Amino acid sequence: MNSCALTAHELRDLLRSRQVSAEELAGSVFDQIERVDGVIRAFMTVTKEKALDTARLVDKKIKNGEEIAPLAGIPVAIKDNMCTRGVRTTCSSKILDNFVPPYDATIVERLKAVDAVIIGKTNLDEFAMGSSTENSGFFATHNPWNPDTVPGGSSGGSAASVAADEAVCSLGSDTGGSIRQPAAFCGVVGLKPTYGYVSRYGLIAFASSLDQIGPFTKDVTDCALMLNVLAGHDPKDSTSAEVEAPDFTSFLVNDVKGMKIGIPKEYFNEGIEPEVAAVIRQAIMKFEELGAVCEEMSLPHTEYALPTYYIIAPAEASSNLARYDGVRYGFRADASDMVTMFMKTRSEGFGPEVKRRIMLGTYALSSGYYDAYYLKALKVRTLIRQDFEQAFAKYDVLLSPTTPTPAFRFGDKADNPLSMYMSDICTIPANLAGIPGMSMPCGFVNGLPVGLQLMGRPFDEGKMLRVAYTFEQNTDFHLRKPPLDRVAGAPGTKEV
Amino acid sequence: MKISKEEVEHVALLARLHLSDEEKEMYTGQLNSILEYAGMLNSLDTSGVEPTAHVLPLKNVFREDSTQECIDRELALLNAPQKGEGTFKVPRIV
Repeated sequence: MNSCALTAHELRDLLRSRQVSAEELAGSVFDQIERVDGVIRAFMTVTKEKALDTARLVDKKIKNGEEIAPLAGIPVAIKDNMCTRGVRTTCSSKILDNFVPPYDATIVERLKAVDAVIIGKTNLDEFAMGSSTENSGFFATHNPWNPDTVPGGSSGGSAASVAADEAVCSLGSDTGGSIRQPAAFCGVVGLKPTYGYVSRYGLIAFASSLDQIGPFTKDVTDCALMLNVLAGHDPKDSTSAEVEAPDFTSFLVNDVKGMKIGIPKEYFNEGIEPEVAAVIRQAIMKFEELGAVCEEMSLPHTEYALPTYYIIAPAEASSNLARYDGVRYGFRADASDMVTMFMKTRSEGFGPEVKRRIMLGTYALSSGYYDAYYLKALKVRTLIRQDFEQAFAKYDVLLSPTTPTPAFRFGDKADNPLSMYMSDICTIPANLAGIPGMSMPCGFVNGLPVGLQLMGRPFDEGKMLRVAYTFEQNTDFHLRKPPLDRVAGAPGTKEV
Repeated sequence: MKISKEEVEHVALLARLHLSDEEKEMYTGQLNSILEYAGMLNSLDTSGVEPTAHVLPLKNVFREDSTQECIDRELALLNAPQKGEGTFKVPRIV
C-alpha cells in the first residue's frame, strides 16, 4: 500500500522509526494527485515545491534525533477559504481569482509550527455557499466513491482529497454542515468544533456567528490529533473562547458502557431516505450491544432550524461580503465612476448562489423587514439552543443521520435552491446552537457511504470522540477505500 | 408578504449588484419561495423570548493599547487592483 493511503498516526510511527521519510510520503501524495485528480478535481492549487521543502526539513530533524510533533511531516490540504501567505486563495470565487494573502490564517500558522506539510488548497462552493461544490466559480469536485455524484459541500474538495488519498488530513469550514455533510458523502471523519474553540482569524468570513474550522481525517484518532493542533484561544479572533483545550487523544477510549445517547426522533422524519435511516438504526443497535443506553427523545424546534438558518446566514453574509468592492484586493471591473465600479465588479465577480444569498440577506435586514425576518429568526434560534440545553442535561451525546440521503448526482438539485438547502437539514441545528458535531462512516447504500452524526455539549468534543472511537474500534467502515482504479490516469489529469 | 420585482431592484441597489432582466425575474421567484418557506417561523410564539445573535457570552474584547506588529504598506498594497503614491487608487469620486 502507498504511504498516502495510511492514517496520520500510522505514518507518525513509520516516520519516527524511519521506515518512510517525509519526502517519500509527500511524493506519494503528489503521485496520487497526479493519478486521480484529473477526475476528482479536489485541488484549486497544489504547492509541491513548498511542501517538499518542509518535508525535507522534517527528515533532517528526524535524522538529527530531534523531537518531532505528532503531525510533523503529515501532508495536509487546506480549504481555499483560509488565508495562506504567498499562496493564492480564491474562495473558489472569480472575485478573488488573483488574491494572494499577505498573511497566514492562525490555523495555518499552527499547522506550520508543528511541521505539518501543507500540500495545497482545495475546491469549495463559492464563499462556502452550497452543498455540492457545483457552485464553485471554477469547476466541480467529484465524489471518489462514484464520480457521477457530488462530494458534498461546501468543503467538497477537502473531503474528497482525504477520501481519495490525495491528502492524509485536511481542513474544512462548517457554517451549516459544510464539514459534516461532505464527510458523510465521501466516507471520512469530519468534525465541527464548538463555536469559538478554533480561531477564525484568516478564515474568509461567510456567516460569522456560525462559521467554524475543523478537520477531515481517515479515522477518529487522527481527528483527535488534528484537534490538538487546532483548538485553543487566539487573541486575533475576538470570538475565540477563553477555554483551555485538553489532550483530545485522552478521550480515545474503547468503552461506552452506561453512556447515555439521545436519538432525536425529528431527525428521522420524512425526507430521510428509508435506507439511510435503516443504516443508522443498525449503528444504534451496535451501540446498545456495546453497553450504551440509547433512548429516543425530542428536539421539538428542529423543523424551524432550516428557515432560521436561511435568514440568519444570508443576513450575515450580505454584511460580510460588502467588503468585495474592487478597491483593495481581488477583481475590479473598469468603470469611470465609483458606484458603477462597485456594481460592475460585484455583478461580474460573484456567482448566482452568492448573489442570491446577498439579495436574501439584504432584504431580511432592510428597513421594514428586519423585525419580521431577522429578529424573528434570532428569537427562534434561542428556542433551538434551549432544546439542546435541555437534551444535554440528560444525555452525553445525541446521535442522528448526518444527511437525509447519500451523495446525489450532479444537477439533481442545482435548479432548486430549497431542495439543495434541505441536504443540510440534520447539520444546521448544531451551528445555530454553537455545539460540536461530527460525522463518521457507518455503512453504505448502493455503494455510497452513509454518515453517522454525533452532537455534544459545548466544549465537550471529548465525549463525542470517545463514542466515535468505540464505534470505529468495533466496526470496519473506516477501512474501506473508494474504487479509484476506474478514475486513475484518466485524461485531463493535472500537472503538479 | 410577497416580494415584487421593484423591491428586488431596490434590494439589488442596496447590495450594489447590477442584475439583468433575466436575473431579476429569477431572483424574484426564488426569493419569494424561500421567504414563503421562512414564513413558517411566524407560526411560533416568540413573545418574551430573547434573541440569540451569538452563542458565546462575550461582550467587548480589549487589549492593552500598545504598538504591535502589523503588515507593512507595500505588502498591504500588493493585491491592489490599482495603486499609486502608497495608496489604493479608485475612480474619481468628486
